[in-house]
Amino acid sequence: MTNTEIKDFIENAIQENQVMLFMKGTPHQPACGFSARTSACLNALGVKYAALDILPDPRIREELSGLSGWPTIPQLFVDGELVGGCDIVTEMFETGELAEKLGVEQPEEEPEVQQPQRAPLGLENRLD
Amino acid sequence: MPSADDLKRRIESALPGAQVNVEDLTGGGDHFRAEIVSERFDGLTRIEQHKLVYGVFGDEVGGPIHALSIKTSTPTGDPA
Repeated sequence: MTNTEIKDFIENAIQENQVMLFMKGTPHQPACGFSARTSACLNALGVKYAALDILPDPRIREELSGLSGWPTIPQLFVDGELVGGCDIVTEMFETGELAEKLGVEQPEEEPEVQQPQRAPLGLENRLD
Repeated sequence: MPSADDLKRRIESALPGAQVNVEDLTGGGDHFRAEIVSERFDGLTRIEQHKLVYGVFGDEVGGPIHALSIKTSTPTGDPA
């Protein structure tokens, strides 16, 4: 896959999914605490969202950050626009702004954050 | 390896007059949390506020600075 193809794929994912989360690992098996917390907020709201694991190819992260101007992972997009990373999503969850933005009721329960699992052994993990 | 004090000084020089508090979360010099109160954030969205702070460090965030958690506010206490 060329860098341009990766970039196009990311752009399409952002445009085609109303709620699009780029993360390390998956919502079921997050590979980083920040990604775990962010997907937990979305899970607590009960919204449908698409998630893409950026770990399999380092170019996904490079192209994504190039597009968004945001240096870290996770990154949440709603309606094609960057909402933020873990800090902003958590803050917006706590104030109820995220529920409002997504048109859902604010849940009474706290997000259930899964313990991040180490991704399969790879360069990124060894260098961590 | 950057220290919490380095980050604090760099944010303060980029945002003169800001109140900055930086904590090294792990003691390892790569996971930090910064709390910043600045008039410069006035009228900006959260995204814009955080980008302003990330912009101080450029490519170092995600590199040597593995994670930088940010909380921004204005002196009036308005978060966004």
